[in-house]
Amino acid sequence: MLAKRLIPCLDVRDGKVVKGVQFRNHEIIGDIVPLAQRYAQAGADELVFYDITASSDGRVVDKSWVRRIAEVIDIPFCVAGGIKTVADAAKILEMGADKISVNSPALARPELINELNHHFGQQCVVVGIDSFFDVVSGQYQVYQFTGDESRTQKTQWLTRDWVAEVLKRGAGEIVLNCMNQDGVRQGYDIAQLKSIRDICTVPLIASGGAGTMAHFSDVFNQADVDGALAASVFHKGIIEIAALKAKLIADGISIRP
Amino acid sequence: MQLVIVDTGCANISSVYFAFKRLGVDAGISRDAKVIKAADKVLLPGVGTAHNAMAKLQQAELTDTLQSLQQPLLGICLGMQLLTRHSMEGDVACLNLIPAEVLPMQSADLRLPHMGWNTLHSISEHPLMRGFSVTDYVYFVHSFAVAPDLHALALCHYGSDFAAVIGKDNVVGAQFHPERSGNTGARLLQNFLEWQL
Repeated sequence: MLAKRLIPCLDVRDGKVVKGVQFRNHEIIGDIVPLAQRYAQAGADELVFYDITASSDGRVVDKSWVRRIAEVIDIPFCVAGGIKTVADAAKILEMGADKISVNSPALARPELINELNHHFGQQCVVVGIDSFFDVVSGQYQVYQFTGDESRTQKTQWLTRDWVAEVLKRGAGEIVLNCMNQDGVRQGYDIAQLKSIRDICTVPLIASGGAGTMAHFSDVFNQADVDGALAASVFHKGIIEIAALKAKLIADGISIRP
Repeated sequence: MQLVIVDTGCANISSVYFAFKRLGVDAGISRDAKVIKAADKVLLPGVGTAHNAMAKLQQAELTDTLQSLQQPLLGICLGMQLLTRHSMEGDVACLNLIPAEVLPMQSADLRLPHMGWNTLHSISEHPLMRGFSVTDYVYFVHSFAVAPDLHALALCHYGSDFAAVIGKDNVVGAQFHPERSGNTGARLLQNFLEWQL
């Protein structure tokens, strides 16, 4: 039976792993390669590396760390951040990444998704979506350039519509980051994930809000997501992956031991 | 022992190279027919679409070379699908080393691509599968698959059964990614290295 995936997310800035709260105040967590290796050995099912500075400051980013990770890691990993063209993606995939994830550049130019699908196949193309619940309108809206607070902006897209659009264009997986929940460890946004699950025909990964082991159990049981992504609870040692897996298995969730 | 990875221009070549390096084998990467023919073992990687990958093999004039190999040949993921007679993905003729057909996955109402860690069953006694059990998980990413048939060495279930590993004579293939399947995947690669015809 296909296992639900536990996915530590490593936000990368200048080759270091960092973590902020609701996308702000980034602190350095550690060097990227030993951290990646530690997670793989601890039983992570997959890793995601978000180069959080890439999209927002427009410079050419040194991605040589991708190759260093590929050398030591024997589980799949995905690289996100600053991938604007097929050539950018090709470079990262050649260095050994299994998937590439696009967010802001896909919002700026949605055809990018079609192009990536065409060149590398659907299985390589992950679309990350930063979704924020706007209390005034009562709607979930898609945000762009979330790596840099001063440039973060609301887009024209409602989250549901953008999900439908990226699926139509050939996305192979969606990572839905619920910004209201990010880094505050109050639980995944089950209501939103459930509503997106209904229209999402490809794997859906929950992101933002994990604080306790029960939160993982809840998101798998209640929102039927394919994977759960988390950062701070893993980086800060609040949750050990082995203990989490044991609990999820005890809760009857399909998990790779 | 000289292991050569066929340079298909596909994306997972470095991952496959590094996976063997972790096992202590420094593989060559080549699209030169002479180098490939002279290898003790050959690996055919692949990510992308069958149509593009076959076109690349044809451009490099490697189809005859691969078809005439006598030494052990392992195809991974799309590389495994290329070993068959035909793929429905782009309706393309493949290398025809194993008489099988690549079809869209019949996943019932389950989501595609089939992406993630899954278990194997109906595991054969083939040397490639030594040490594998039904509790092992391996990593899959695909939407097309080979139906279970005579040449299946292990099956996987996702909506319906499909061939996770196939083999005939000197040719074997894995639908999953051994280079990304942790210790279990490394075992398959090690078995391939140790496999004597």
